[in-house]
Amino acid sequence: MPSSTFIDHSSYRDSHIREILNNVNSIAMVGASATWNRPSNFVMKYLLQKGYKVIPVNPNTKEKEICGEKVFGDLASISGTVDMVDMFRPEHEAHELVEDAIKIGAKVFWMQLEIFNNNAAQLAEKAGLQVVMNRCPKIEYARLFGELGWGGINTGVISNSRRRLK
Amino acid sequence: MKKLHPQYGFNTLAVHAGTAPDPTTGARCFPIYQTSSYVFDDADHAASLFNLQAPGFIYSRLSNPTVAALEEKLATLEGGRGGTVTSSGHAAETLALFPLMAPGMEVIVANKLYGGTINLMGKSYRKFGWSAVFVDADNPEDFHRAVTEKTRAIFVENLANPGGVVIDLEAIAKVANEAGVPLVVDNTMATPYLSQPFEWGADIVVHSTTKFLSGQGNALGGVVIDSGKFAWLGNSKYPSLSEPSPEYNGLTFAETFGDLAYTMYSHAISLRDLGCSQSPMNAWITLNGIETLPLRIERHCSNALAIAQFLEKHPNVEWVSHAGLRSSPYYELGKKYLPAGTGSVFTFGVKGGYESGIKMLEMVELFSHVANLGDTHSLILHPASTTHRQLSEEQLIEAGAGAEVIRISVGIECLEDLIADLDQALNSLYRSSN
Repeated sequence: MPSSTFIDHSSYRDSHIREILNNVNSIAMVGASATWNRPSNFVMKYLLQKGYKVIPVNPNTKEKEICGEKVFGDLASISGTVDMVDMFRPEHEAHELVEDAIKIGAKVFWMQLEIFNNNAAQLAEKAGLQVVMNRCPKIEYARLFGELGWGGINTGVISNSRRRLK
Repeated sequence: MKKLHPQYGFNTLAVHAGTAPDPTTGARCFPIYQTSSYVFDDADHAASLFNLQAPGFIYSRLSNPTVAALEEKLATLEGGRGGTVTSSGHAAETLALFPLMAPGMEVIVANKLYGGTINLMGKSYRKFGWSAVFVDADNPEDFHRAVTEKTRAIFVENLANPGGVVIDLEAIAKVANEAGVPLVVDNTMATPYLSQPFEWGADIVVHSTTKFLSGQGNALGGVVIDSGKFAWLGNSKYPSLSEPSPEYNGLTFAETFGDLAYTMYSHAISLRDLGCSQSPMNAWITLNGIETLPLRIERHCSNALAIAQFLEKHPNVEWVSHAGLRSSPYYELGKKYLPAGTGSVFTFGVKGGYESGIKMLEMVELFSHVANLGDTHSLILHPASTTHRQLSEEQLIEAGAGAEVIRISVGIECLEDLIADLDQALNSLYRSSN
């Protein structure tokens, strides 16, 4: 993965998002819910189906597993490699989570829809992480790899070759 | 015009958007997926689809790949977030309001509309307990005065039936915005090539795709397009989207799907329950029609303006209502909202009233007497005796469809042939009426 630079977070190039989704394997999802009809649970289940390793991080749940994956209380407790941290938490928690993400060697810090934190983004980018804000990896994956258009959604993807279904 | 795509322009998007080559076969022309249903990989996959946890196909009443390609193409061309294609334009109107309305609630409606829409909203919606409050299309202040705590939407036609009327979209969008309700705009007569209502603050756009979009009068269809901009989350006026949905295990559409919520609801609940889905065959015809939309509209508009100018000088014509004419009260609004052309459907009054109007239809040799518009063929209609005949005399005049009114939808034939046809019809009409 190439080193990060400060980028315009108001509109990402498709290639930026596509490169991230193609290169990460393990995703720590902070704020993953054990309740099946919560948005974070939808996203976790979808990303698992697409072959990512998703590690739920949630200090508040009583569940030992979410979608069959072991739950961790914080990022630092995760034993294996974490390529990307996906944050389903309020934006004021972003700064501390970026510090944790840097410590565990994550390469991407991703904030969910409606979550912006420019200070946290700059901290992550200075440490060489790629940052995405106000996006959902499930929607972006579906948008770029051909499934979101199935719901009548404007994907913005124009292509003269076969859609790459994954 | 608003930038629709970071890289490509309108004509490119009309050809390419939504219709990348088929992933399985590489077919360059988008395939017709003529199927009712789709196999599930396993029980878990089926559950994911039924729970709306993953995009995919279940049954063609909810969604279909060919129909979805049309939805994406239309959403792209309007600059919207998502689209829901329906079996007809009428179905699109009801589908657009379905997530917004409830028994006892009101929709404010401009009075210059397709006659069928006046009937649908003014009469049939009463059976749902929905009230349509009709206001003067030319007076934004009238919309403002009609707002109550029960108002849930404002509905207008952009370039309005039966022709030549341009609505002050920006002013009406301001009223809707202040009232905290979405503005729904029927953009059938303008098409996104001439006008994009989202640019002026509209929230939802509907079309009869039967008209200029499919373009050749051969496929019924409609579409609802959401801008993705209206804030449903936490908005108690719109519980369908902002409160937990009992049909989907307590899922809240606005929370789970963000700016996709309205489009998701329109498929997962509105189409699922109302069943007004479009056939894949019709979607395919319409997809192919849209590829040539820009070329056709240019010719439609140039032919229509030249014919309007010809008619204005004809001794047997009393008046012409075309927003491209300097004599039109809508000339300035037309320049603002439809700078590339004010469409090809307009009205004129023949001398001799109702009888002359009917005779005119019998005299023409190229113009076809049909209840459609936006066809490659030139069409002619006498609204008072056909599309608007269920209306009262007062409603006819309000709707611009009085006894002497002829509506034409100018096609893409040779301009000189169309002018010659109208000229001989008008001249013989004059002789016969003497």
